[in-house]
Amino acid sequence: MNLVLGGIAWILDPANMNGPSGWIARLLEQLGYTFGAVAIAAIVAIPLGYAVGHTGRGRDIAVAFSGGLRALPSLGVLILFGFALGIGFKAPMLTLVILAIPPLLAGAYAGFEAVDRRTIDAARAVGMTELQVVGKVEVPLGLPLLIGGVRSSVLQVVATATLAGYIGGGALGTFIFQGAATRNYDMMLGASILVTALALVLEGIFALLQKLVVPRGVVATGQQNVRARSSRSRAVMGSPIQEGK
Amino acid sequence: MIEFRSVTKRFPDGTLAVDSFDLVVPPRKTTVLVGSSGCGKTTLLRMINRMIDPTSGSILIDGEDTGGLEPVKLRRRIGYVMQNSGLLPHRKVIDNVATVPILNGTPKREAREHALELLDTVGLDRSLADKYPRQLSGGQQQRVGVARGLAADPNILLMDEPFGAVDPIVRAELQQETIRLQEGLGKTVVFVTHDIDEAFLLGHQVVILQKGGHIAQSGTPAEILAAPANDFVATFVGADKRKRALHIQRVGDRDVVVDENGTPTGVLQP
Repeated sequence: MNLVLGGIAWILDPANMNGPSGWIARLLEQLGYTFGAVAIAAIVAIPLGYAVGHTGRGRDIAVAFSGGLRALPSLGVLILFGFALGIGFKAPMLTLVILAIPPLLAGAYAGFEAVDRRTIDAARAVGMTELQVVGKVEVPLGLPLLIGGVRSSVLQVVATATLAGYIGGGALGTFIFQGAATRNYDMMLGASILVTALALVLEGIFALLQKLVVPRGVVATGQQNVRARSSRSRAVMGSPIQEGK
Repeated sequence: MIEFRSVTKRFPDGTLAVDSFDLVVPPRKTTVLVGSSGCGKTTLLRMINRMIDPTSGSILIDGEDTGGLEPVKLRRRIGYVMQNSGLLPHRKVIDNVATVPILNGTPKREAREHALELLDTVGLDRSLADKYPRQLSGGQQQRVGVARGLAADPNILLMDEPFGAVDPIVRAELQQETIRLQEGLGKTVVFVTHDIDEAFLLGHQVVILQKGGHIAQSGTPAEILAAPANDFVATFVGADKRKRALHIQRVGDRDVVVDENGTPTGVLQP
């Protein structure tokens, strides 16, 4: 208990809060890593996932590829990149991008796959072009699962961004590694609390966002016809990403 | 007029769905393709708007070979109504109906106004316009599907077992509505079903199909009932089970029609 209080006291001490190496700056760095890595990963993973989900081709490769990326130990990758790219933000950023890709990829293609085939067939039959089928049908209906992917991606990255401090890349991990080296447990704990709080806040925001992006017609409960609802359309509302289902 | 000229479809897995099929679909009439599952009827229907391309042979609409047309443009001028309505779940009823005109470049407001009129046409209350498909009953959804099919004012309306998933009472209602609409609007309707009673009810021309899209018999319902071409047709229309065998009984001064069990089904009008 004393340790926790020590951690909180460390957080509340203005001397630790402000300035270029205060925790506010470090927290912003942590956020910068998180959203930077997820944004870069999204540029790669979302178009790829959409292509896989729309065509149904290359699904096995995508599953194997993202499974493989997931299996990589982040610390190992970080050290490897650290040797290759030197100290600074590049190595952690690259490591985090790799970590962020699999959930985004899975969210993108699972979102497309969850759309009822008959809806897509009908869209095509009334005269939508392939691009219109993607833009007007698959993207809006697949959005909840994609946001689910962004959510798990962000959460994994925000926690792992702590490792950046290990090779001098800044962010909140700096305090943890520094605290460990100097036996300053208040500092370690304070930073840990901040990382945890940050992760929880982001989780809350994304949980809410995920609810908000479910198309209104999909959440709208009918007066009847509950039985006729297809299992596929129900899957659109679910939050967890299931890979290789 | 739609013409099938020795149309063959072999799917990549080797299935011969349709084998050298010839048919002329007369304009402004309802032609029903009827047969058991696997007879190629849906394949035939979907080849008209090029959702499926024939392996060989050609399909002509008013003398024009569809093979040379852009599939997307072709589909936008042919109405399509499918089983389970195929409505976009994230769009309101009105926007579903207005889909095709908006794709064709009609201003949104105009398309929506026209869509409201179409709701009247198919017998839906305008208050449903702002609902989502899921908030409607199965029968209402099918009506929206029909309204969408009519939205671009196509000459041809393709209907793929549109009433297969609704209950018998609603189905009977929708069938009457279809007859009324076809007569009122004079569309060329191609209708696919496995239900021979539905085929006889709706079709000016009924085409009974056997496996591989072979035509067992084609003609008006009366022609088919009066002279089934072979045993397959006789079985299919139920003539062999005496289901269609009605007799006249003289009761007093009226002619009463009775079925094979002697149950009265109606009275002959003078």
